[in-house]
Amino acid sequence: MTISQLVELLGLEVVCGQERIDEEVEFAFASDLMSDVLTLDKSGVLLITGLANPQAVRTSEIADVTAIIIARGKTITQEMSDLAEEGNMILLTSKLSVFKIAGELYSAGIKAIY
Amino acid sequence: MNFGFPMRLQYMISGGDFNNAGAAASSLKKILKQLSIDSELVRKIVVALYEAEVNVVAHAYSGLINIELDHEKILIVIQDEGPGIPDIDKAMEAGFSTASEEVRSMGFGAGMGLPNIKKNTSTLSVESEVGKGTKLEMIIYLNT
Ligand SMILES: Nc1ncnc2c1ncn2[C@@H]1O[C@H](COP(=O)(O)OP(=O)(O)OP(=O)(O)O)[C@@H](O)[C@H]1O
Ligand SMILES: [Mg+2]
Repeated sequence: MTISQLVELLGLEVVCGQERIDEEVEFAFASDLMSDVLTLDKSGVLLITGLANPQAVRTSEIADVTAIIIARGKTITQEMSDLAEEGNMILLTSKLSVFKIAGELYSAGIKAIY
Repeated sequence: MNFGFPMRLQYMISGGDFNNAGAAASSLKKILKQLSIDSELVRKIVVALYEAEVNVVAHAYSGLINIELDHEKILIVIQDEGPGIPDIDKAMEAGFSTASEEVRSMGFGAGMGLPNIKKNTSTLSVESEVGKGTKLEMIIYLNT
């Protein structure tokens, strides 16, 4: 599925990375624990998280996460969007919960890593 | 950009400065990508460096990173001034953490960092002196 398809499916807001929304994602991972994100064996995944801070963005950049969805309508600070721009990341937000987003994407065919 | 080999890089880390934790790993990632090093290998290198950087920010006072890259390997040395690690074997165990509530609230402190550095590197050595600091030396060979 492309990022732009999932933006449409879930009504996401694109905060950063508009120019990359034609890229595909096949796998997703949901976690608020960045220690855990750093142990993933796969790159190019979609991260669904409730953790709205610069560390979530930086960790995603380092772990080669393709796109981040911040759940539950949390505020994206200037610092977060600056980091996302700098790291060429796709940063998305949603009013929905992590559970709802994960459920919808799983039904739409996005796969789990583990 | 043109790089001479061996290439040497140096970065500083300030303890407690979470918003800059990862600045070195991010910079190294950009450089390694320009050198057309395999992206999976780049990921291992920068994940290991990032884990070590976050450890200095979370557990120590200040640190210095020295990197040396040649055609066959990358050597990363992270030396910090800090409380040191009393029991290195224990610190290397998955799940062992003394991270503060602040560190945990930022999404870290699961006791997974050192085991993850081990997993992503070819060799890792940890030396530490309580009350002085900790030195991590890691090598990743480029021809896997
Ligand atoms: N540079 C350091 N200085 C002092 N203590 C350290 C240092 N690095 C690690 N430690 C000690 O070793 C423990 C384990 O480190 P490790 O990186 O595995 O986990 P963590 O940092 O607690 O959590 P995580 O890495 O999952 O965010 C730490 O909790 C801390 O007690
Ligand atoms: Mg750690």
